[in-house]
Amino acid sequence: MEAFVVLLAIPLLGAPALWLLGDREIAPEVNAAFSLATFAASAWLTAEVISGGPITAWNEQFFVDALNVFLVALTAFVGFTTSLFSRPYMRIEREKGKMTGPRLRLYHSMYQAFMFTMLAALTTNNLGILWVAMEAATLATVLLVSVYRTAASLEAAWKYFILCGVGIAQALFGTILLYFAAERVLGAEGNALLWTHLNLVKGDLEPAIMSLAFVFLLVGYGTKVGLVPLHNWLPDAHAEGPTPISAVLSGLLLNVALYSVLRCKVLADGALDSRFASNMMMGFGLLSVVVAAFFLSRQRDVKRMFAYSSIEHMGLITFAFGMGGPIANFAGLLHMTVHSLVKSAIFFAVGHAAQKAGTQVMEDIRGLMKVSPTVGWGLMIGTLAILGMPPFGVFASEFLILTTAMREHPWATPFLLLALGVAFAAVFSRVQPMVFGDTHMQPLAHQPALVPVFVHLGLGLLLGLYIPPYLAAWYAEAARLLG
Amino acid sequence: MTSLTSQVINLFASVLLLIAFAMLSQRRIVTLINLFALQGLALVGSTVTVAWATGQHHLYWSAGITFVLKVVALPLILHRLIRRLNVKWDIETLINIPTMMLVGIVLVVFAFNLALPISEFSNSIARGTLGIALACVLMAFLMMITRSKAVPQVIGFLAMENGLFFAATSATYGMPMVVELGIALDVLVGMIILGVFMFQIREQFDSLDIHHLEKLKED
Repeated sequence: MEAFVVLLAIPLLGAPALWLLGDREIAPEVNAAFSLATFAASAWLTAEVISGGPITAWNEQFFVDALNVFLVALTAFVGFTTSLFSRPYMRIEREKGKMTGPRLRLYHSMYQAFMFTMLAALTTNNLGILWVAMEAATLATVLLVSVYRTAASLEAAWKYFILCGVGIAQALFGTILLYFAAERVLGAEGNALLWTHLNLVKGDLEPAIMSLAFVFLLVGYGTKVGLVPLHNWLPDAHAEGPTPISAVLSGLLLNVALYSVLRCKVLADGALDSRFASNMMMGFGLLSVVVAAFFLSRQRDVKRMFAYSSIEHMGLITFAFGMGGPIANFAGLLHMTVHSLVKSAIFFAVGHAAQKAGTQVMEDIRGLMKVSPTVGWGLMIGTLAILGMPPFGVFASEFLILTTAMREHPWATPFLLLALGVAFAAVFSRVQPMVFGDTHMQPLAHQPALVPVFVHLGLGLLLGLYIPPYLAAWYAEAARLLG
Repeated sequence: MTSLTSQVINLFASVLLLIAFAMLSQRRIVTLINLFALQGLALVGSTVTVAWATGQHHLYWSAGITFVLKVVALPLILHRLIRRLNVKWDIETLINIPTMMLVGIVLVVFAFNLALPISEFSNSIARGTLGIALACVLMAFLMMITRSKAVPQVIGFLAMENGLFFAATSATYGMPMVVELGIALDVLVGMIILGVFMFQIREQFDSLDIHHLEKLKED
């Protein structure tokens, strides 16, 4: 209970505090301190859940079980490391004149607001509040995507706002339908939208309403996950916003949106006897993997390319949860974790590489290894990790997903293998000359923060070699909740 | 009495749908904002009727919020915005209003068909209204797709929210209060951010034409 209050209060207080602090020298450190405190609170909450089981708070409006506690910890952790990365990154951007005092104030304040909305979305038990928090997450980041005020960034932010707004409106309609179905069983009190209550009576929910509700919810939250064909906002928003925001959008927001879909899927599966919800997720997932893999090779902008890679991986995770069962769910959760760690590490390295080269166009970024070997190695190892090379964690989860697909849905395996192969060829052939080769690039004015890169990659490596028993038990429990 | 209230709600529902069609074909931005305010008023009317007929007191509150937000605050913000942006008398060249009307009719038929199996479960006094709500959402969607100026797109976005709110009151007697407050807050904050955003767009492009925002293509 106290852990909840602390977890949500820290970023909620952080946003106005950083706004009041304004453009002081100390603001980046304060931002990092708030993020560290949030991470500590999430560790506290995690410890409580591990020792005492699921917790509810505030008239059951908030709820933590094995499924969301690991996402809370992951979100707070990546939020903290990103705030560390953003300190030197934003200082360099400022010296280049791309960021100004008022923009940095907006950035720091909205960073905390964004963390709050994501943590609120993850911990809420009320599916209505979940919707409100997801919409608020869009609102908190839209002005950050356009923070450079260039024509391209304004376009990206407008697209982000309108497409996600329209998408999430569909999710609201789905939520209304869900409430409509729930009200018939639970009555018109306030708890008919509480997930824990719905989960108990999910077998009694009217199937005709639930199937339509799930379609709207999947399309709505799927827009934020970046599922093809609703993905148009994602590459633009990732490429045009500042790099720390690309890292948290890709590593965290997509996970939170997928988490919302998962909660709804559990209810839909309970209400419907068929595999309707699972099949829809498999279809959207497979389409995203294949389409994104083929778009990868056509990119020239490095952040855009890795944004398409995020679409591909989210598609793979959606496909895994669509297949269902203990192994595929386990693999999906593991993939969510490693993708989030590795992709944010890649964005950190890419951010500094783009600063050195003064451009995000891949053809103009050359020879990172010569100018700063750490950035070069970070990008190279990160790329190998995200492409699913052993011994990284992505390999482990992709292997589990592929073997399950071969056993249960053999028709899908060739598509998956083809997409993974195409993605490997496309990304590796682009990154290799960026890292090796000759260069004219200058070293950076400030020492870049590369500790987060290697911490993330180290964790990704660890999860590929050895999953600690308590973490494995945790994943297994969450996989069981998902059915 | 029940049949009378349900007639009144159906009347409000048809007014909503009629305004949705009017918005689809309206070229003047000022008139569009007034239509939006009028749609909000019809929404308040239907919410109050449902509240009165069913004795759900929290619906009076949500009718109050709707009135303040959608009939007073948002139209005021929009009017101020277009005055400050000097687009008050802008006329958009819409191609093919008759075709748009026909597409709108198709959408209404589609929405009714989609909602038909679900409406049967509704024990609410307003049975056919879920289809109308969905039709309003789809028509607002169509409006957003076909408009090329920023302000009408935003009004389409808000009109979509109206349709969703109508779905909530007509199918389920409203969402829990805390959720409605949250949604209202999101809409208001979103509107303010969009306002900021439009100034940024105009500063950059000297116009509010969304066609300027089509540079980021796949290459």
